[in-house]
Amino acid sequence: MNTVSKLIIPMFVVGVILYGFIKRVDLYESFLAGAKDGLIMTFHIAPAIIAMIFATNLFLNSHFIDHAFRFLHPLFQAFHIPIEIIPMALVRPISGTASLGILNNILLVYGPDSFVGRLASTLQGCTDTTIYVLALYFGSVKISKTGHALLAGLFADFVGILASFLIVSAFF
Amino acid sequence: MVSYIWGFFILIGVFFSLLTGQTEALNNQIFSGATEGINLLLEMLPLLVLWTGVMRIAEDAGILQKFSNLVLPILHKLFPSLKKDDPALGYIASNIAANALGLGSAATPFGLKAMECMQKNNPNKGSATEAMITFLILNTGGVTIIPTTVLALRLSHGSANPSEIIVTSILATACSSIAGLLLDYFIRRRKRR
Repeated sequence: MNTVSKLIIPMFVVGVILYGFIKRVDLYESFLAGAKDGLIMTFHIAPAIIAMIFATNLFLNSHFIDHAFRFLHPLFQAFHIPIEIIPMALVRPISGTASLGILNNILLVYGPDSFVGRLASTLQGCTDTTIYVLALYFGSVKISKTGHALLAGLFADFVGILASFLIVSAFF
Repeated sequence: MVSYIWGFFILIGVFFSLLTGQTEALNNQIFSGATEGINLLLEMLPLLVLWTGVMRIAEDAGILQKFSNLVLPILHKLFPSLKKDDPALGYIASNIAANALGLGSAATPFGLKAMECMQKNNPNKGSATEAMITFLILNTGGVTIIPTTVLALRLSHGSANPSEIIVTSILATACSSIAGLLLDYFIRRRKRR
């Protein structure tokens, strides 16, 4: 499994380059155009990242979560889950940047190759910002009665959290 | 909503630190918070830029189109209320393909276009149609093959194998999307009765 995950990126890159070669794409020019977009995009999200890292660090390093959820400690300790997963799971459907800030803090404190680091990374990658997406798309066509979209979306997120935990436990 | 979270984080962080007598640590936090944000960005930037470059080659070679054609037959099954030649299906396919390939900024215009098409045939303009709900459940599931930002973040924290979470992410995404679609299916069926 380990080798598979190590090979995904190189295979993907080789595949793209080869396919582009066959399709006679101007590889270098395309790459430069895309890289420029990536650079601009990163500068666009920079203020949000800085703002959120600042806020999540203040919040998590105050150890408020430890105290507020003290009653859950035995349960979380039994499964070796750090309590920081709670705020991350709670903000994930609302703000991708905020959960990225919490992920950053978890990786910093526990390390990216710890169980928690892997769990939090999987969590960040496995779902999108449900509430933000619903607001954006329904708002764009002025729909206010959204049926069961929110319920099903949050249910999917919840299943995603559970699945992440089980899958990461099984894999590593 | 994001404003509230941001404000909440800062206020709770400051008040709780003061309350528990961590004044010195608090000062350090405030001064170093922004620095850490900048450092993180600088460490993540190279990988993100490389990746958008590679993905542009993929886009120009028509992989996005290929990928959309691949998901289209599945969409016919997932969206029984849309006719087979409905243009919305094409946009939904492109949106899902772009999301899967991690081209988030390319995905959104396709998605908005899909909503617009579905809204045209919507008899009740203020309420969401079945197809819209199914589409957004698929979209919020966030089916991404390669979560670039997470990889960049793991790399910057010195992971021995940053990409080891790709497979677990894909599996977890699949579970969450299938759960969402199943719930959607059962709610739709109950409503019909």
